[in-house]
Amino acid sequence: MLATLLIVFREIIEAGLIVGIVLAATRGVAQRGLYVSGGVAAGVVGAGVVAAFAGAISGLFSGSGQEYFNAAILLLAVGMLIWHNVWMASHGRALSRGLKAVGAEVKSGSRSVMALAVVVGVAVLREGSEVVLFLYGIAAQGGSSAAGMLAGGLLGVAVGAALSFGMYRGLLALPAHKLFKVTSGLITVLAAGLAAQAVGFLQQAGWLQGLSRPLWDTSGVLSEGSVAGRLLHTLVGYMDRPNLAEIAAYLLTIATMLGLMRWVNRPKPAALAKTSATPAIPPAHPHPAE
Amino acid sequence: MRGTIGGVLTAAVLVAGALALAGCGGSAKAGGEAGTVPVAFKDHKVVPSEIRVPANQAVVLKVTNADPIAEEFDSPSLGVEKVVAGGGSGLVRLRPLAPGRYAFTGEYHAKTAQGVVVAE
Repeated sequence: MLATLLIVFREIIEAGLIVGIVLAATRGVAQRGLYVSGGVAAGVVGAGVVAAFAGAISGLFSGSGQEYFNAAILLLAVGMLIWHNVWMASHGRALSRGLKAVGAEVKSGSRSVMALAVVVGVAVLREGSEVVLFLYGIAAQGGSSAAGMLAGGLLGVAVGAALSFGMYRGLLALPAHKLFKVTSGLITVLAAGLAAQAVGFLQQAGWLQGLSRPLWDTSGVLSEGSVAGRLLHTLVGYMDRPNLAEIAAYLLTIATMLGLMRWVNRPKPAALAKTSATPAIPPAHPHPAE
Repeated sequence: MRGTIGGVLTAAVLVAGALALAGCGGSAKAGGEAGTVPVAFKDHKVVPSEIRVPANQAVVLKVTNADPIAEEFDSPSLGVEKVVAGGGSGLVRLRPLAPGRYAFTGEYHAKTAQGVVVAE
């Protein structure tokens, strides 16, 4: 029962932490509850579908369909996270200035929330499909031990969800202006970790194998399979045996994210400034402090 | 707004493309693969439990799941996790391995389903 709890917990926490970060990042945005729960619901349905067709998906692309599928949805999530952070960087100052300015901005903010809803859906789908397959397997086995194992699995879902909720509440305890910085940082390293995972799956499908030798091994210090290792793996992309391609993907994602966030915030001539809901910035200073 | 999104997506695609190109240059399929090595999950055990493969060559494992329910081929040391449907099979492409022993499990039945890849 404990083993079952742990397996399910590890999968749930990966999706749960992502949902928690997304919820914290979208605090104050209209209808975000609808978008996020929609993402979770779509993910759960998707997980069932993926689990049901696991055999068929696996058989695609000469037996590597599952790897390509995982890599594709991970990269989709990375793209959406980049988009969200860049969008927030270009509107965030207005958003954090106060609720009064938020009105119109937040309405268009629903686009960025949509991107995060996709991230949530993808996370739930990926981890959920493994949980479904695993629990279905236990149920199908039947027998006296099955009930206890199933209970362990459901307990794992509950504990994982509770921990994710705890992290969400912790983030909300931050003051608003800090929350924006923290969530945008969390989303940056989250995206980097997911990109590295995607590359790992591509390598498992036979790509980039020339770069697949692990560069170091810290599994003796902190194993990626342990609960702490798994938490760090999800949050910041911790890898105990990373290879060059994974590290490159990680760093490239961070560089892309930060570069684009800086680019949309670059100082521009007043004539080119687009009409936005915040015309309050005076063009008097040619070199604004920020 | 539209321009920003377009820019972001273009950049993301470019980055992905650059990464793929960089990696292809590095791998360039040196020497080819050393055939396909079969391994099975049966009664939640690994058969055979020890698999010998040549070191420093890309090897493909054909993982068959003879049990009626799904199993996950999981190995942190090999850097592989792959779900194999009940009664199904899948290919696991191992990276070229340094000589050594690499443990793996069927994660859903990790107590009994244990195996090791020996690269030599």
